[in-house]
Amino acid sequence: MSTAAAESHLVEPAESPLTPESWGKLGMWNFLAGDAMSFGGLLAAYGALRYGDPHWPLPSSILGITLTAAMTFLLVCSSVTMVEALAGFKAGNQKKLKMFLALTILGGVIFLGCQAYEWTHLIEHGQSIQKNNFGATFFILTGFHGMHVFSGVVYLSVILARALMGAYENPHNNEIEIVALYWHFVDLVWILVFTFVYLV
Amino acid sequence: MALHTDEEIAQEERRYFRVFFLLGLLTMLEVGVIYLPIPHFVIVTALVLLAIVKATLVAMFYMHLATEKTTLKWIAVTPMILCVFLLFMLTPDLGAVTRLITHALAGTEHVEHSEH
Repeated sequence: MSTAAAESHLVEPAESPLTPESWGKLGMWNFLAGDAMSFGGLLAAYGALRYGDPHWPLPSSILGITLTAAMTFLLVCSSVTMVEALAGFKAGNQKKLKMFLALTILGGVIFLGCQAYEWTHLIEHGQSIQKNNFGATFFILTGFHGMHVFSGVVYLSVILARALMGAYENPHNNEIEIVALYWHFVDLVWILVFTFVYLV
Repeated sequence: MALHTDEEIAQEERRYFRVFFLLGLLTMLEVGVIYLPIPHFVIVTALVLLAIVKATLVAMFYMHLATEKTTLKWIAVTPMILCVFLLFMLTPDLGAVTRLITHALAGTEHVEHSEH
């Protein structure tokens, strides 16, 4: 065996075969696939518990659908501002990137505010995580998702701070694309939570 | 990341907005459908289908899965397949247990349930 062939087994490939842009993107996809399983497990448990309970209340009789529909729309809007930030980055437009990153963070913060208001309102009206399976699954699912939104806001704030320091003047940096993946995933999960927890 | 021309970016942005309008429209449909005077299982089926379409739109066009390699698409789809299995494994088991407990408690908690 030649030395070159022997060495090629020791050296990691410089490029990820699935995501040629970067290893980070593949890492984020794998994390999201795992995270989707956490949500999937919680949703499946919710489905099984609800299926087994003939007295399960109709969600729209307890939860405010209008506010939540508005929150869903808000999160979809923040996905649009995120893709606009990415488009700004791709076009080399730093101002657009920073502005839309800030708008995306704002969308996330308003979403969290609405959720805090909703939880306070529900708890004041006697709902709780211990009261019944409805409360338990509702607070765990929306809480787990809200935690993801909060993490996303922190993550995006770090990216915005780095953008302000000029980290994304290099067009080959794909951290924006990776944070966008995370943020769209949070939006995608909310679409499912909104449908299954609030509407069905 | 490959560098993009202005025309490519403009085209991509137009696609983002088309997806956005579709998502908005489908959300309005979802909220509307729950008030329709049709059997509950039809509503549930419609809602599940609408949610799957919306989630697919976000994954394909906002997360750019449409233009990714096939293996990466499989990585993204794997948890969905496992979740469906999990649902069908859990429901007969956990569902049946909950049903038993609910029925056993039906006598004692009847007053509380009738409030809903």
